[in-house]
Amino acid sequence: MSTKPTTIKDVYEGAVQDLIDELGRLPGVGPKSAQRIAFHILDADPADVQRLATALVEAKARVRFCDVCGNVAQAETCQICADPRRIDTVICVVEESKDVVAIERTREFRGKYHVLGGAINPIDGIGPSDLRIRELMARLQDGVVQEVILATDPNVEGEATAAYLARMLTAIEVKITRLASGLPVGGDLEFADEVTLGRAFEGRTLIGS
Amino acid sequence: MPVARDEAIVLRTNKLGEADRIVTMLTHRRGKTRAVAKGVRRTASRYGARLEPFMHIDVQTFQGRTLDTVTQVETIDALARPICDDYDLYTAGTTMLETASRIVAAEDEPAVQQYWLLLGGLKTLAGKAHTPRAVLDSYLLRSLAIAGYAPTFTECARCGAPGPHQAFSAPWGGAVCPQCRPPGAAAPSIEVMLLLAALLTGDWATVDQAIVRDQREASGLVAAFSQYHLERSLRSLPMVE
Repeated sequence: MSTKPTTIKDVYEGAVQDLIDELGRLPGVGPKSAQRIAFHILDADPADVQRLATALVEAKARVRFCDVCGNVAQAETCQICADPRRIDTVICVVEESKDVVAIERTREFRGKYHVLGGAINPIDGIGPSDLRIRELMARLQDGVVQEVILATDPNVEGEATAAYLARMLTAIEVKITRLASGLPVGGDLEFADEVTLGRAFEGRTLIGS
Repeated sequence: MPVARDEAIVLRTNKLGEADRIVTMLTHRRGKTRAVAKGVRRTASRYGARLEPFMHIDVQTFQGRTLDTVTQVETIDALARPICDDYDLYTAGTTMLETASRIVAAEDEPAVQQYWLLLGGLKTLAGKAHTPRAVLDSYLLRSLAIAGYAPTFTECARCGAPGPHQAFSAPWGGAVCPQCRPPGAAAPSIEVMLLLAALLTGDWATVDQAIVRDQREASGLVAAFSQYHLERSLRSLPMVE
């Protein structure tokens, strides 16, 4: 008699399997992790599970995208766009809302943001019309914005998106800048790859008088 | 042998887990292959920048049960930089990578001619000696020719009657004579047919002298020919300007 390997799917049924299947659809969660999380939920206090379920439903129901910048928000405009202390003359263009959080952690930038919703990736069928580029151009029409900082990811898709935006923005009287690329703070120079080191040389800055 | 070392061109990358990527490469000796590159999405990664699409690399992989794992990478030619700095080069280059990935369908089967063609095409593109669209069109025709779909732009593709002819049929493989011409065949000018032949043979002097209208018409015919023989449309081709 032949023995077929037993998988997680063969063992469980009903609600437990449904839970494992749904958890397994989340990014970065494989079958083993899904099984571990599912049994953690089954072992947890019912009140804790109810709180998790409420948080999931509430987040999906209440969170929306800012009408101005495209960042996640709970109202028509996000907290950053609604903040009067923010500088209106500088816009930092990022790919995702996660990037806004990363830049906010630096406490260096006091301007506003524009979230594109991704990067140009022709192989995946994502072109300029699939991103919030038209909305960015509309924000620049009134002449208030004097500088656009292109903070797309320093990878092939991000660089190409920045090149496309730079070409589009040259028609508008606005200063266009790109985040510097170079060596990570705390690293050793000898371990830097030649692409990053090359960028660091290109973007070197003058110090002293 | 568990460890393999080869030269490769990175075709595409896909995110895996929190900080890893699956890298699809066209290698010199093994053809198309995929490998996991661990931790390359972290900013502190020592070789993340070397495993971006368009990069020409010397890569060492450890062969696993399902996927290989990248253990060492050295840059041979950082083609990603010049290509990504120009949007027209980027869209044309992406279509070349997608075409290579489609034509070399099977993994771990040598495709040496396709490897050298893609490498030459990307270097020509990055060198900006010719228009990006002309480099792409020439690459598409030649890669299809290597794959067994060589078009003809002089003799009739059906009966072999000497040309030049003024009818083009993608399903029949290029130029067709008045007797063989099927309904719905395109009717390009002699200049366009000569331009197509120059793109196929790499006669850059003729290609660079062609007028814009003929270049556009030739590009349309190359696109139709490619889409027909690749069976599925190239997602990146409509974005080429």
